[in-house]
Amino acid sequence: MIGNTRPLAAPVAGTALLRTTRLTKIFHGDGGTVHAIRGVDLSVARGEFVAVTGPSGSGKSTLLHLIGGLEPPTSGEIWLDDHRIDGLSQARWAVLRRRHIGFVFQFFNLVSNMTVADNVELPALMSGASRRQAKARREELLAELGLAGKTRAAPGRLSGGEQQRVALARALANRPSILLADEPTGNLDSSNSADVLRLLGRVHDQGQAILLVTHEARAACLADRVINLFDGMVADDAAVLPPPRSSLAAAGVVRLTG
Amino acid sequence: MRLPLLALLAKEPAHGYELKSLLEQTFGQAYPSPNIGQIYVTLQRLEQAGLVRSQNVVQATRPNKRVYELTPAGRDALAAWVEEASDEPRVRDDFFVKLVLSPLTGATDRMALINRQRRHYLSLMRGLSRLAAENDRGNKVSRLLIEGAMLHLQADLDWLERCQEEFV
Repeated sequence: MIGNTRPLAAPVAGTALLRTTRLTKIFHGDGGTVHAIRGVDLSVARGEFVAVTGPSGSGKSTLLHLIGGLEPPTSGEIWLDDHRIDGLSQARWAVLRRRHIGFVFQFFNLVSNMTVADNVELPALMSGASRRQAKARREELLAELGLAGKTRAAPGRLSGGEQQRVALARALANRPSILLADEPTGNLDSSNSADVLRLLGRVHDQGQAILLVTHEARAACLADRVINLFDGMVADDAAVLPPPRSSLAAAGVVRLTG
Repeated sequence: MRLPLLALLAKEPAHGYELKSLLEQTFGQAYPSPNIGQIYVTLQRLEQAGLVRSQNVVQATRPNKRVYELTPAGRDALAAWVEEASDEPRVRDDFFVKLVLSPLTGATDRMALINRQRRHYLSLMRGLSRLAAENDRGNKVSRLLIEGAMLHLQADLDWLERCQEEFV
């Protein structure tokens, strides 16, 4: 643990890390009223990797924003580590996000006039960690994400894949209870996507709980469980099963028969 | 199987086992290992059609082997294959027909069918991801085959989503 970052509460066996009940979100705009989220119950266990898929407009990004406190729900409850968090003030949300929730977005949102190292150290410093602690955690993360040689670089000089890995390091800096990822590979080419997904898989293997919103099956299939959202409601919620051995061959999918 | 065998024989004459291992080397582990019986049957048919000819090579210390080579007609068939655009199925007919006709059967609703199919595709995608991770990075053919399979699956899932939007 770095500095004064602590879990919200001692883990209680058998309870979910994250839970929403009857969550709704209604947007009132010029075009009328939109029921973006219509009564979503979901849970993420400690260390679990859950993916949310669904067509565009199904509400999957809105759901992630509600859970991350970027927007208030219209009704319903959000619980994290046995604390109800949906009614928190903006200021308390800001503290909670900094310490307990890691965010990765499609567009990396790095601070462009700071170095890679400073971008990754920032969350720890803002949470009250010492410079030495923040530096140690940053070195550990950048080495793990294959960015040890890029510490002094400006984000703008890095490839998209490298920038997303820096964003991932920053999101993990305070050892969040949960990592929320919104289309993290949506802006990357195939090989950079594969790198970022491999790293997501690795942090999950180390026990990190992840809630990933994606329309990409190659990202969703890495999760323990996939929730399909449709019209703001949960249409399906099922574990991803390992495929039968016989259909493992790629040729079985593309029918390469000549 | 017919045309890949002709293509391998275009370079030099070979016997059945050589063709089998050439296929394996070329396509890597993403391609299901060809069955040697199937290769021999195909070679026989190609010979009957006049596209290859074979001769028995006597070996002193091992059993004789039958070596195949292309005939001029085989070379023409191969050239025609290479030159024509490949017409391949684009839609998963079986699932789609099931989805369209399912209300008649009363057995299950469309949402359940779509969910089951999505789970199946995701599970296949997981298999491909694992295969890609295990794949020898140096084998470009195998890597492209896996990538092609993943892109096809993604298209199937996107289309499933469209079916969900229109039918459910």
